Amino acid sequence: MAESTMKPPKKAFHPIAWMREHLFSTWYNSLLTVLVGYLLVTSVGPLVSWVFLDANFRGSEPSDCTGAGACWLFVSQRLNFFIYGFYPDELQWRVDVMFILLAVAFVPQFIERFPGRKWLGLFGITGLPVIGYFLIPGGLFGLETVESTKWGGLMLTLILAYIGILASLPIGILLALGRRSDMPIIRGLCVVFIEVWRAVPLITVLFMASVMLPLFLPEGMNFEKLLRALIGITLWQSAYMAEVIRGGLQAIPRGQYEAADALGLGYWKKMGLIILPQALKLVIPGIVNTFIALFKDTTLVLIIGLFDVLGTVQSTVTDPAWQNVAVEGYVFVAFCFWVFCFGISRYSQNLERKLDTGHKT
Amino acid sequence: MKKQTIDSRPAGPKPWYDPRVRSLFFQAVVIAFVFWGGWTLVDNTLSNMESRGISTGFGFLDESAGFAIIMSLVPYDATMSYGRTFWVGLTNTLLVSAMGVVAATILGFLIGVARLSNNWLVAKISLVYIEVIRNIPLLLQIFFWYFAVLSNLPSPRQSVDVGGTVFLNNRGLYLPEPLTQDGFGLVWGAIIVAIVAVVGLKRWAKRRQLATGEIFPTFRVGLAIVVLLPVLAYFVAGQPLVWDIPALKGFNFGGGITLIPELAALWIALSLYTASFIAEIVRSGILSVSKGQTEAAHALGLPNGLTLRLVVIPQAMRVIIPPLTSQYLNLVKNSSLATAIGYPDLVAVFMGTTLNQTGQAVEVVAITMAVYLTISLLISLFMNIYNRAVAIKER
Amino acid sequence: MGNSMTEQTQTPETQSAPSSQEDKPDIIRVEQMHKWYGDFHVLKDLNLTVKQGERIVICGPSGSGKSTFIRCINRLEEHQQGKIIVDDVELTDDVRHIDTVRREVGMVFQHFNLFPHLTVLENCCLSPIWVRKIPRKEAEATAMEYLERVKIPDQANKYPGQLSGGQQQRVAIARALCMKPKIMLFDEPTSALDPEMIKEVLDVMIELAGSGMTMLCVTHEMGFAKTVADRVIFMDGGEIVEEAPPHEFFSHPKEPRTQKFLQQILQH
Repeated sequence: MAESTMKPPKKAFHPIAWMREHLFSTWYNSLLTVLVGYLLVTSVGPLVSWVFLDANFRGSEPSDCTGAGACWLFVSQRLNFFIYGFYPDELQWRVDVMFILLAVAFVPQFIERFPGRKWLGLFGITGLPVIGYFLIPGGLFGLETVESTKWGGLMLTLILAYIGILASLPIGILLALGRRSDMPIIRGLCVVFIEVWRAVPLITVLFMASVMLPLFLPEGMNFEKLLRALIGITLWQSAYMAEVIRGGLQAIPRGQYEAADALGLGYWKKMGLIILPQALKLVIPGIVNTFIALFKDTTLVLIIGLFDVLGTVQSTVTDPAWQNVAVEGYVFVAFCFWVFCFGISRYSQNLERKLDTGHKT
Repeated sequence: MKKQTIDSRPAGPKPWYDPRVRSLFFQAVVIAFVFWGGWTLVDNTLSNMESRGISTGFGFLDESAGFAIIMSLVPYDATMSYGRTFWVGLTNTLLVSAMGVVAATILGFLIGVARLSNNWLVAKISLVYIEVIRNIPLLLQIFFWYFAVLSNLPSPRQSVDVGGTVFLNNRGLYLPEPLTQDGFGLVWGAIIVAIVAVVGLKRWAKRRQLATGEIFPTFRVGLAIVVLLPVLAYFVAGQPLVWDIPALKGFNFGGGITLIPELAALWIALSLYTASFIAEIVRSGILSVSKGQTEAAHALGLPNGLTLRLVVIPQAMRVIIPPLTSQYLNLVKNSSLATAIGYPDLVAVFMGTTLNQTGQAVEVVAITMAVYLTISLLISLFMNIYNRAVAIKER
Repeated sequence: MGNSMTEQTQTPETQSAPSSQEDKPDIIRVEQMHKWYGDFHVLKDLNLTVKQGERIVICGPSGSGKSTFIRCINRLEEHQQGKIIVDDVELTDDVRHIDTVRREVGMVFQHFNLFPHLTVLENCCLSPIWVRKIPRKEAEATAMEYLERVKIPDQANKYPGQLSGGQQQRVAIARALCMKPKIMLFDEPTSALDPEMIKEVLDVMIELAGSGMTMLCVTHEMGFAKTVADRVIFMDGGEIVEEAPPHEFFSHPKEPRTQKFLQQILQH
């Protein structure tokens, strides 16, 4: 079989040919390209000079911001507040420890061949919260107590999102199982619970948690504001979680249920040993996506008076000492969120692709 | 014979090994637990409210509210009742939601299609837009538009002036308001006649296509009728329309229609944010129509435009509509972020100010949640009906 | 790829075509056609002339480029070198030429590709109404005629999803015929079907062959090739390896590659 040595006619990369094909293929494509290109050129230039070229990086006082560009001084001067809130300076090492542990547990999840990454992940959802529970508030083992009212900034955002997702997972699993149960009353209760929470905005849930929860509790018993917000977020999130997990349960073929029955496993053993491990693996991308959504939604707690990262920035941009630094502050927060959310969503997309191929072969 | 079968039936299990009995027992326990929990909550709440001196019931709705609201679609002033504040909040929520749905849909479809464009630059810009916007919290975007952009607009005296009729400043966007005069009824009539004529034209064109196969340019002719007929009627009636143009009076503008910055910021942010999700839905909907479908249409000689219209879009819409409606629902729910910048929506007015003034937490929260629940149920009802109507029939 | 092949294709009538077609005009001419996918040379110097009313079966191992080849004939795939002339129209980048050719060339796909949102009848009428601009009544009458020919007039108002694979493929054939094409292309029409449904589709194709339609058919059904084909073309590695009337092709294959292929396919 004589292998052809002929090459396709237009093989070499030619910039002009490439542009004709991808930018100027028809008259309206040319028009679009010119229009969009013009807008891009006129907006990117000023943007770059605002962010980098004319921006102010050095100094310590508001008056050091003399250039026409962004005043990044504002961000670097207040960075401590944006990350730790009112957490006392000398105790911030405790938060740093948690940041490091968080990175150790989850950054390897992005690296395919990292040794023992499964164990690190497992530590991240079991050991990490336990350590955090003792380390952040203090009060035990001779650690100085830090009131939750002093927590804030990025640290608070992460705590809210992390606990919200972790606590909603088991509740979500139970709700999902309940919604697929044969018992009409259990099913009905779960459906009502899930649908009510999913129908209402998070802000109403937070309002409810902050004004109604105290009314529900017996007299004399009360939670701090943060805990109330966490309860609201968890209940709300568990309804979304339940729907994600239900999707996974539905994707497990009937044969798996029947095989488990045929082995003589009872309901809980069937679910715990056969169905849930498969279903949960399937819905990891879905869980990650709800995490991203929750992570963004944690900003809403500033409306009930907690200082998450957006809350800390919002409370300082109005500082009269600094003139017109709102954009800088918002860009900083946007960048923080974007890096987290974009990174995590890429991770979940990769995972999805991998799961997809796993099913086809 | 019959008797024998009954006798040969296996002996029933002991009640506590019978799955049906177990299930009943378990459900009874759960019911009891739920009732006990509910009763405890109600009991606690009642005693708490009593000790704080809060009355129960919906009587407060008739009391005078005593606070002003910066914008309302229904007539409202501070002497009106708390019940009225509910309607003000609800209509404001529905207004910004409707505006957001329209803008987000248009923008989302445009960007979703642009994402699949064969123009490299357009496709990449859409990708960047989607990936940037949807990964930044909505509340932050609302703040950005409200505090960083709209607040930095010039003061009323230095307004951005578009032809002396439209003004933009840090108090809002001022548009001329059309005031209809006597005789405008003719124009309304012409609009109705034009619509009826276009419907008739469409039917006629379809019948003609069925009969002769010729395709009539319905869209172009219809557009001409809809535009020309009312314009003609307008001039015949002697131009019965006066524009109330906003003008600077003292420190602020008067007259015309005002789009307050709170509404504008919320609307822009909601539309841009939701559009990025809709764009992804549209893209994946179009991609979900298999290549074989386009190929088959091409093989039958259908040109690109008709292939898109007759084969791709009808199938893509089935995939697009369900997640699209859930985005609309999200938009309605997200409009509650209005409270963070002071746009007087249902949550800000009713769950915020009214609740604070009356202390009727339980009633107010229940009413507010019921409203969102109703909207959500209506939307999902609509969606189920739609799904049933368009479901592709399989055996 | 030598001269022998070009010779063969340039004078097909001397070797293969039955005498009745010698005077018929050429309807498809493929001349020194090449195609690449990126750097991969899928089709190498193909030459083929098809006369009106000829029935040609293309076979070969999977990956030999036979599907790609017939998809080039109605430009579902682009060729990068050489000429394809269908019914006196050359296929170039010109959209009008492509549309003209596609109107005259019907195609049946391996996976049917019926439009799931339209009924069987609507599937059949879509293109006649919108492309040929035929009144609906007339288009429906024609469609019913063809549905009767493929023996499923009773399914006309069902949706494709409600039919069996064999039925769907027959609808696909009827849909292509409704455009009254001059040429029919079949891209492995029976490969996605269960064995018991293959016959019903082949019967329809045999009947169609009897009516004098020009047919190009990529298939593994050697029985079909033996009964209806005027010529059998064997492709391997993107080249036409051998081209002969069926009796000659099956009893005295010349090329070793053809012999090997026939052994494999006829043995099991």
